[in-house]
Amino acid sequence: MHLGGWLEDRLRWRAADAFLRHKAVPIVRHGYVYYFGGITLFLFVVQVVTGLLLLMYYKPTAEAAHDSIRFITSKVQFGWLVRSVHSWAANLMVFWVFAHMFGAFFVGAYRRPREVTWISGTLLLFITMTFGFTGYLLPWNTLAYFATKVGTEIVGAVPLVGHGLLVLLRGGEDVTEATLNRFFGIHVAILPLLTTMLLGFHLFLVQLHGMSRPESRGPARSVAFVPNFVLREALIWVIGLGVLATLAVLLPWPVGERADPLAPAPAGIRPEWYFVFMFQTLKLIPPHVLGIEGERLGILAFMLAALVLLAVPLLEHDDRKTRARRIALALGIFAVLYMAGMTIVGYLVP
Amino acid sequence: MAKSPRITRRSFADYLLGTGLVALAGTVLYPLARYLIPPKVKEVAAGSVVAAKVGDLQPNSGKVFLFGSKPAILIHTGQGTYKAFTAVWCACHDGHYDTISGQVLAGPPPRPLAEFGVTVKGNDIVVTRTA
Repeated sequence: MHLGGWLEDRLRWRAADAFLRHKAVPIVRHGYVYYFGGITLFLFVVQVVTGLLLLMYYKPTAEAAHDSIRFITSKVQFGWLVRSVHSWAANLMVFWVFAHMFGAFFVGAYRRPREVTWISGTLLLFITMTFGFTGYLLPWNTLAYFATKVGTEIVGAVPLVGHGLLVLLRGGEDVTEATLNRFFGIHVAILPLLTTMLLGFHLFLVQLHGMSRPESRGPARSVAFVPNFVLREALIWVIGLGVLATLAVLLPWPVGERADPLAPAPAGIRPEWYFVFMFQTLKLIPPHVLGIEGERLGILAFMLAALVLLAVPLLEHDDRKTRARRIALALGIFAVLYMAGMTIVGYLVP
Repeated sequence: MAKSPRITRRSFADYLLGTGLVALAGTVLYPLARYLIPPKVKEVAAGSVVAAKVGDLQPNSGKVFLFGSKPAILIHTGQGTYKAFTAVWCACHDGHYDTISGQVLAGPPPRPLAEFGVTVKGNDIVVTRTA
């Protein structure tokens, strides 16, 4: 029997082959948003590979963590490159997850039958941010130490369950080696497991429903997924790899000073850029609004925003130009402007 | 003159793409492979360690200690002197060694044990690499 027949009997691969041959990507205005998810996927693959490599030398203890990063960047061959690529790809991935989310939002790709795809994608966005938050502490440097202290304090201000969450996250009342151990476990085991399952589900749904076609005038045109779209996406991945390597080499991610819990918090401390809009909002809210503590109010508002984001396809599900659609678009534009504005303010105001 | 085989634009483009991909794969895989090679970790700096304190060991007894990352044994001989060897009984091949000279007493090992230099400095028994 031929190899093709032998494999067909066992794997039924011809069905997948036929499926890919028929898969098509719509040609529409703003068609570039169809590439955003692929870029995010590429960066995730980079994170998995470089993350596994870093695990070969990283030591998750307060005593050894910072030295082991220094060891990687100074003693291990190409260790500086692997570490720098991991840091840069992490930041780029957060950026492209947001870009992918807003892209899907503005073309209305969350509507029936893609509601569950949207929800799984939003959960992946939250997971990505948790990846960033936990990974940031692992080099155990001064900035990371205090950013984690402030970040977990904010979690501690969540009404009712805040203090419990804080203790659960920190592995105690303070940021200590217990926190480092927890963040390490979350970062290298729990989140990768969740991501793999959710991402598999997300990609499966994308294949199941095909690419969404936004409402548009004119004839429905599309381009074949194989080979046209795949080749274009591959070109973007190669460019992405080039950008990543250039950034990692020319602007190596700093290792920082080893965390010293006795030292005062460094001046002008702020979290990673993708948390700055929330951090800045909490700083600007007055201490008391309508008898409620300002910080709590801000946290409640962001939790509500996260829920609204998850529920977008349930709140706005009509394809026609309805009032709900206009409100959704206005809210989306407001969200982009607010996040961008607050991030800029956060960096300009000391 | 024989006509040379015609190279189509398509096959030329395929060739460029193929070699480009191979080169790309090489530039990605080379650093990753080099990364996995463990860097040389420094051996014991001065080539000597403090194996024990005087009085820790009774005559005719021994103590296993770490010389760098490898185990070695310190023996207090009946005559009151100290000896240090890389091992004293090799379980893998049931080799037995003489604890005074390091010579092979029984079993398959082809060479005697490597002997360390032992000096007593104050209260410390210092073992040094001799060779």
